[in-house]
Amino acid sequence: MRHLIEINDLSVEEIEELIEVAKDIMQHPENYWDKCKHKKLATLFFEPSTRTRLSFESAMIELGGDVIGFSSASSSSASKGESVSDTIRIVGGYSDIIAMRHPKEGAALVGSIKSEVPIINAGDGGHHHPTQTLTDLLTISCEKNRLDNLTIGLCGDLKFGRTVHSLISAMSRYKNIKFILISPDELRISEYVKKEILDKYNMDYIETKNMEEYMDKLDILYMTRVQQERFFNEEDYLRLKDYYILNESKLEKAKKDLCIMHPLPRVNEISIEVDDDPRACYFKQAKYGKYIRMALILKLLGINYTRRKI
Amino acid sequence: MNIDSIKNGIVIDHIRAKKGFEIYDALNLGKLDCSVAIITNARSNKMGKKDIIKIDKNIDLDLDILGYIDPNITINIIKNDKLVDKYHVELPKQIVNIVKCKNPRCITSVEQELNHIFVLTDEKNKIYRCKYCDTLKEE
Repeated sequence: MRHLIEINDLSVEEIEELIEVAKDIMQHPENYWDKCKHKKLATLFFEPSTRTRLSFESAMIELGGDVIGFSSASSSSASKGESVSDTIRIVGGYSDIIAMRHPKEGAALVGSIKSEVPIINAGDGGHHHPTQTLTDLLTISCEKNRLDNLTIGLCGDLKFGRTVHSLISAMSRYKNIKFILISPDELRISEYVKKEILDKYNMDYIETKNMEEYMDKLDILYMTRVQQERFFNEEDYLRLKDYYILNESKLEKAKKDLCIMHPLPRVNEISIEVDDDPRACYFKQAKYGKYIRMALILKLLGINYTRRKI
Repeated sequence: MNIDSIKNGIVIDHIRAKKGFEIYDALNLGKLDCSVAIITNARSNKMGKKDIIKIDKNIDLDLDILGYIDPNITINIIKNDKLVDKYHVELPKQIVNIVKCKNPRCITSVEQELNHIFVLTDEKNKIYRCKYCDTLKEE
C-alpha cells in the first residue's frame, strides 16, 4: 500500500505516468467515469481549505466514487481530543482512501503510520502539499510540453512558501533547469533549501529583488502570495504584501509563450488585467489539479486503467 | 590516581573530555546500585585528554545514545577480569526521545504520546532533522 506524504515519495517515472494518465482523463473522461464505483474517499480537513477539498471531492465523483468527511476540526472528534492516528484508523474502516489536511507539520506522516488505507497529504501546515506540486508539474507539462530545459522564475514569498520549496525540489530532478529567485531580502529562499536542494544538486540559480531584470529569459513565472499568518509584525506584512504586483507593463519584455502560474488564492500580486493575457495559466492550473488528483487516486487505489492508444 | 579494576562490567573508553557526565546522565547510571566511576581528563596518547566511565556490572547500554553523544567512544566488556569484547559505536541513523522537537508547529507539540524522532540526514556534518516536520535539531 502506498501513501503520498511528500512529492519525493514519487519517482520521476511515477510522476510521468500520473501526468500521462491525467492527460488521458482530460481527453477521454468517459473512460474513467466508473473506475471508482463503490469506492469511498474520505476528506479529513482539520483546517478549512475549500478549493483543495472540492478538487479532491470532484475528482472522486468524476471517477464514479463517493465522498465522506469533514471540513473543519470543530466538526470532528479532534475537538474532543482524539489523536490523528486514532481518527485515521477509525475513518480507514469506513473508506478506501483518505485525503487529509491538518494545521500541524508532520500530521499526515503520523496518520499514515498505522493506516490501513492509502493516505494523501492535502497539506500539513507550512510543510508539504504534494498534490499542489503535482498540479504544478501537470500545468508545466501541458503548457510547455516538457519538464526539462526551462528557466523558472519564482516570485514573492520564497521563505515561507511551501509550494515554492516543493516545486524547487521536484524540478531539481529534471535536466537543464534554471531558477530565477525573485524576492525582497526579508523573504529570500531559506538557507536550508539552498544547501539541501539547490547546492546539493548543483542547480543553476540567481537571486534578485528586481522582478523585471530577467523577465525576458523566463519560460515560467510562478507568483506567490505573501501570507499574513506568517508574520508576527503587522507592519512588516503591510510593507511587503504589495512588493510585487504583476501587470501588463511588467510583462512587456516577457516571452510570447511565457506561462504565468500561481497556486491561488491571489490577493494583489497579479493585477486582474493579466487575467485576459493568454500567458495567464493560473485558472487552468486550478482545473488541472482535479485531473492529476484523479490520476493519483487511481494509482493509490491500484485500479487498472488502459489508456486508449493514439 | 587509582581506580579499582573491574571483575565483571563495562568500561566506556575514549570519551571526549568533559562529555563523561553527559553520558552518565543520559544513560541514567545514577540509578544503578553498583559502583560507577567517572574519570575525567585522563591522559590519552591519541586524544590528549579523555573521559572514562567504569561500571561494575554488565548492563544493557543504549548504543544510540552513546553514538549520538560521541561516536568515537569504545565499549569494553569485562568478564572474570578479562577483556572479552571490544567495539565502537556509530552515529545512529535515528534517535528516539533523546531530544525534543522545539518547532511549535510540529505535530509532536500537540500529540503528547508521539515519540520525538530525529533522523540523520547528513552524516558528515552530523545533521539530524525531526522525522515529522524536518526541523533541524538544535545543539
